[in-house]
Amino acid sequence: MRFGVVRFPGSCDEVDALGACGRVGEAEILWHGDRDLRGVDAVVIPGGFSYGDYLRVGAIARFSPVMESVTAFAREGGPVLGICNGFQVLCEAGLLPGALLPNVGLRFLCRQLEIEVVDAGTAFTGACAPGDRLSIPAKHQAGRYYAPGEPRVVFRYAHDGNPNGSSNDIAGVANEGGNIVGLMPHPEHAVDPLTSSTDGLRLFESALALARA
Amino acid sequence: MAASVRARVLIRPKAGILDPQGVAVERALPALGFTGVANVHVGRLVELDVEDPAQLEAMCEKLLANPLIEDYEIVSFERPEAEQVSQVAGPDAPRS
Repeated sequence: MRFGVVRFPGSCDEVDALGACGRVGEAEILWHGDRDLRGVDAVVIPGGFSYGDYLRVGAIARFSPVMESVTAFAREGGPVLGICNGFQVLCEAGLLPGALLPNVGLRFLCRQLEIEVVDAGTAFTGACAPGDRLSIPAKHQAGRYYAPGEPRVVFRYAHDGNPNGSSNDIAGVANEGGNIVGLMPHPEHAVDPLTSSTDGLRLFESALALARA
Repeated sequence: MAASVRARVLIRPKAGILDPQGVAVERALPALGFTGVANVHVGRLVELDVEDPAQLEAMCEKLLANPLIEDYEIVSFERPEAEQVSQVAGPDAPRS
């Protein structure tokens, strides 16, 4: 299977995302100014920043040429994973419900934490079971998830360890179809025993299992 | 350029959504001796000149604000005449 990882001006986690995807399949960069998704089987919108995050996080990136194609791909059921800034972009684009607000503590946070899998029926959690805990790092300043209504919750911060004040301890959500998933913590940074945990790989393995099914 | 109107879009956190910046400022003011301060909210100001003010609402809905989490208010007013003259004489004016 082939993953495409979007690179915006300001992305900084796309190389780790490429590496994580590369452990389970092939992976290549998709340029933000390019509408061609090159026939990839899944798209990852990585973390970092996009277009300076001027105005609001993700607000400008959603209008980029590549997002037109990602939106069409996602609406047809293609698997799309948004990590951190990628999650913010997917919310701004209306592909996921809700929005990300500045952390309740107003500070940038960076720490290893555990998230609990709530929904193992999405494109990126099929290799998990509900209740599984994944140890992966989070690093962000605007991770306070807010959504009116009841979004499809995929991950929650475990052990009462909500670091940002998100509603109902939500760490990640999916669209109704379960093919679009966004989360604030960074699974792509937890794929090598050298950096303590390989739990993040499960998300990428889930996409692979789905592609093979 | 056709005559334009200057507008200010005031964007603030939607009522009912926690505004930690507002809370921080509200707590800081009494520490400086300013008493009797309440309901502090911190938002954004977008100032822009537009030829067609009727488009402002759509601009807010699509880009300037996120209506899910923010309220916005559009205030438009005539630009001061002196400023319009000085713009013509600005760096973009044609030179002979």
